[in-house]
Amino acid sequence: MDVVIECKDVTYSYPLTEKPAIENLSVQIERGKFYGVIGENGAGKTTFCALLRGFCPGFYKGVLKGEVLVEGKKTTEYGGELSAKIGYVFQNPFTQISGVKDTVFEEVAYGLENFGVAPEEIERRVIDVMRMTDIEALAEKNPFDLSGGQMQRVALASVIVLEPDILVIDEPTSQLDPEGTESVFAIIKALKEKHKTIILVEHKIDLIAEYADEVLVFQGGRMIASGDKRDILSDMSLLEKGASLPQVAILGDELRRAGFPLKEIPVTEERAIELISGIMKGGKKDA
Amino acid sequence: MRDLILKNVSFSYPGGFLAVDDVSMEIKGGENVAIVGQNGAGKTTTVKMMNGLLRPSKGDVLIGDMNTKDYTTAQISRVVGYVFQNPDDQIFHSTVESEVRFGPKTMKLDPAEEDRRVEEALAITGMDKYKEENPFNLPLSIRKFVTIAAVIAMNTDILIFDEPTAGQDMEGNKRLGNILKTLHEQGKTVITISHDMEFVAAHFKRVIVMAKKKIVRTGTPKEIFWDMESLDRAMLKQPYVSRVCRALGIEGDVISIEDAVKAIRDRG
Repeated sequence: MDVVIECKDVTYSYPLTEKPAIENLSVQIERGKFYGVIGENGAGKTTFCALLRGFCPGFYKGVLKGEVLVEGKKTTEYGGELSAKIGYVFQNPFTQISGVKDTVFEEVAYGLENFGVAPEEIERRVIDVMRMTDIEALAEKNPFDLSGGQMQRVALASVIVLEPDILVIDEPTSQLDPEGTESVFAIIKALKEKHKTIILVEHKIDLIAEYADEVLVFQGGRMIASGDKRDILSDMSLLEKGASLPQVAILGDELRRAGFPLKEIPVTEERAIELISGIMKGGKKDA
Repeated sequence: MRDLILKNVSFSYPGGFLAVDDVSMEIKGGENVAIVGQNGAGKTTTVKMMNGLLRPSKGDVLIGDMNTKDYTTAQISRVVGYVFQNPDDQIFHSTVESEVRFGPKTMKLDPAEEDRRVEEALAITGMDKYKEENPFNLPLSIRKFVTIAAVIAMNTDILIFDEPTAGQDMEGNKRLGNILKTLHEQGKTVITISHDMEFVAAHFKRVIVMAKKKIVRTGTPKEIFWDMESLDRAMLKQPYVSRVCRALGIEGDVISIEDAVKAIRDRG
């Protein structure tokens, strides 16, 4: 297994707090995989993201025990070069927007300018990414005049344009309509096809089930489950632990309770249709 | 019970951008209605005209016998409460309790009544346990409930919730469902904008679909979520269980897991 990030028994507390935001976390992130991070609000998902990116303790201070290793090196030993390895999309797009640029185009170009990329290349990459994230029409607008949903796309574009190998994305679709949400997942899927490692916090569990490879479940500062999405998202006991499960998984579980012999609990729509059509054609249910 | 009526209402922002185009709707006193549609469909602009935050460029907004034209925004806000999409546009106090108390305080109520309203609003929303907290120490999704409590404490006949489901976890959605139920039992009219089709299917009797500045259709969730043409026009999808049933050839009116189990059992 090609491990790109590893947390070794990590416990982290924000300054002036008694209870750690993350406790005894050990996890390995494999290169090129797409991880969905789920769990109730306040479970530690955002802190987990900030730990990977080194914001905890680098920016927020606080106390870190254990080690967070990115490509074998501790985040606390990295300087600015961690920002080139890991692209980070904040939960609140307001936090992301630099505030020093007057147009969306310049905002998206800002990071590349800071990396000293040649102007012609900046232009080409910015245009490409704006097309990919469907924000071309906003190019001349002031970033602060955008709606919440538009701002989320600009924030995502500003990070994708840097072409980092690892992307940590915290709830990128909370302000988006269903169509916009699907398009963000399509973008993430395209990034995965370019062998990027993706860590995504998201409440829209049905889409995590559709697109992610692995799922990490958090509750009260601890990672309470992790593994292949098919195993994790079909585990009904997680419902009692604040996590949501896909609608089709709950349907599968209900069908089993109603006596249908489903051989597994589906987590994707496609699998649900396959399994249920099988038992419908199969005729009678058990007793 | 005051009905809320929009008569051929249009709205253009300064600069001429038309955001709502000739919309008419009637919401009965005590009704619990959802508005769905894409970002930019005109949902927020429409509801902001219901409480006088925006004034129609054309047409009339009637709240019972009040034409909003003849009243100030402050007067209308005694009848129609609005919870902003972004809670940070609304919050400006340093504790949850003072935030919630602000509205009733401006109404010069009997102190006992003021207390009662604040306590009730905090209890309905589950914010009583955060009473002494600074709202900005709470996560965004919880902050949303602070703003909901602040509006509930105003005790208006009509309440508008703008995307309360955004960023909510399972517990948050459950809490929202309970708030809607409580308000409905109190006889309130509640209008909710949401992108969460499962939530809409589970909690509303009537759904208004908007697209491109206009109303596409109004109907029950069962009607709306099986009207593929209207859903396509509004770029919306059916709830997941409806999609599964449709693919299985179970056409009709499945919009919940319960419906789906029953329909599959009938076919099985």
